[in-house]
Amino acid sequence: MNDLRALYEDVILDHNREPRNFQHRPEGANHEAYGFNPLCGDEFKVLLQVEDGVVTDVGFEGVGCAIAVASTSLMTEAIKGKPVEEVEALFQSVHHLLTGEGEEAAPLGKLQVLAGVHEFPMRIKCATLGWHVMKAALEDEGETVCTE
Amino acid sequence: MAPRLDLDAVRGDFPCLNQEVHGHPLIYLDNAATTQKPQAVIDAVARYYERDNANVHRGIHALAERATAHYEEARARVARFLGAAEPAEIVFVRGTTEAINLVASSLGVTFHEGDEVVITEMEHHSNIVPWQLLRDRVGIRLRVLPMDDRGVLQLDRLDELLTDRTRLVSVVHGSNALGTLNPVAEIAAAAHAAGALVLVDGAQAAPHLPLDVRALGADFYCLSGHKVYGPMGIGCLYGRRALLEEMAPYQGGGEMIRRVTFEETTFAPPPARFEAGTPNVAGAVGLAAALDYLDGLGLERVAAHEAELLAYGLAQLDNLDGVRLIGTAPERLAILSLAVDNAHPHDIATILDRDGIAIRAGHHCAHPVMDHFGVPATARASLALYNTRAEIDRLIASIHHVMEVLGR
Ligand SMILES: Cc1ncc(COP(=O)(O)O)c(C=O)c1O
Repeated sequence: MNDLRALYEDVILDHNREPRNFQHRPEGANHEAYGFNPLCGDEFKVLLQVEDGVVTDVGFEGVGCAIAVASTSLMTEAIKGKPVEEVEALFQSVHHLLTGEGEEAAPLGKLQVLAGVHEFPMRIKCATLGWHVMKAALEDEGETVCTE
Repeated sequence: MAPRLDLDAVRGDFPCLNQEVHGHPLIYLDNAATTQKPQAVIDAVARYYERDNANVHRGIHALAERATAHYEEARARVARFLGAAEPAEIVFVRGTTEAINLVASSLGVTFHEGDEVVITEMEHHSNIVPWQLLRDRVGIRLRVLPMDDRGVLQLDRLDELLTDRTRLVSVVHGSNALGTLNPVAEIAAAAHAAGALVLVDGAQAAPHLPLDVRALGADFYCLSGHKVYGPMGIGCLYGRRALLEEMAPYQGGGEMIRRVTFEETTFAPPPARFEAGTPNVAGAVGLAAALDYLDGLGLERVAAHEAELLAYGLAQLDNLDGVRLIGTAPERLAILSLAVDNAHPHDIATILDRDGIAIRAGHHCAHPVMDHFGVPATARASLALYNTRAEIDRLIASIHHVMEVLGR
């Protein structure tokens, strides 16, 4: 029960119910990527507006479970206005928080609410999906991201 | 009317059910994915390896003789279960997926560009993709019989899909995503009248109702051992003798030949022709034990118990606000595919799991079904002979728990 509460933190539920930057298309979007998890059907598109090395605007669309939606929503909030290097460091930190791999390259702040996911190995992919799509958009990989 | 199932005794037959998950007694409601195995099956597999293990059809020593005898007895056992005319009509394969692929490849070589295969909108991917692969190879046309919003096939549309180019109608007997039981005999009669053959995907139906492939009019019937309380990695393709006789081999190798030279090979008659390589003998033995177990309980009794559970479950769900049943066909298996307001199936499955309840969240390998109902996924509780009303009560309570956790 307690780990359920830790997974479904109030912040997570709030971001699931009212995702930030959802169905928002940045005026000057110049990077985008699409990703999905074929095992569960979650899919997101992330659009970025990057100017002079800074993510000045971000939006996302798609469908997913509460963890996937909230994590992606939190991601958009966290990266908006940040230089690309910082965004990449944040990606590393979240990856570390969720999977235990790598290291915390930047302070997580509010993103710490995602820590509860670590106790639910089957759900880690849900939380990482939006982040991977964002990273692919940043790197202009062009191809579809697939987490499974 | 036979006496009811003795549920306590039945549950005692399944060791895997007797465990706690996250501090709660396990409630296993993911039976459409795979069923648990009775001790009799586990013992049969262990006994085979402990006493009889040898390669089949090859040695003339005692163990080879026993292993071969057990393997062929298992074939006869499956033939009896399905109402086949003879054991040679049973080809052992890995499961339903391989059975369908076998037909698509061995019967499929006789299909030509423009020939048609009819499937339905509620097929599992394993009865869609093999036909698409065949389409890409030889240019067949794939036609799809639609269903209505209850998840019932629109049989009145069948006639327009059956043409003089229709070679095969390939239809699921019981839908894993919706629970719908299809009127296979009626479909088969129409298909045969149009000169087409009929393949039935029995993966879901086989564990839940008495079967008679000849009464159904199935030219091919496929099942998976692991869904009928048997082991994984074994299943069967039933095919009418006359059809199997005419079909090309599936894979090449040992077991399936009569005589090989570097110039040419003469193939063995069915079923050996379709069983290249060392087969899953232990799996076949376990499958036979599972069918013995099922017949021991009596499939009529099993079906009656599951029908009662289903009716009870449907009534309970009816009283639950915010829960929608995906698939409301009147003729159905005990499968409850649910959509819950403001709760994604994954979140439901996670919360249920913490209450000790195993269900399946996802698209159930049936994307077109999800598309039809406009949902990305469903939370599916699929019942089996060992489930109880008390477990359904706990499922309902746990769905309330989901709403409480996610609705805060
Ligand atoms: C209706 C249906 N057909 C086919 C299959 C495939 O069975 P298997 O994975 O055992 O080959 C399944 C299993 O989920 C099924 O439910």
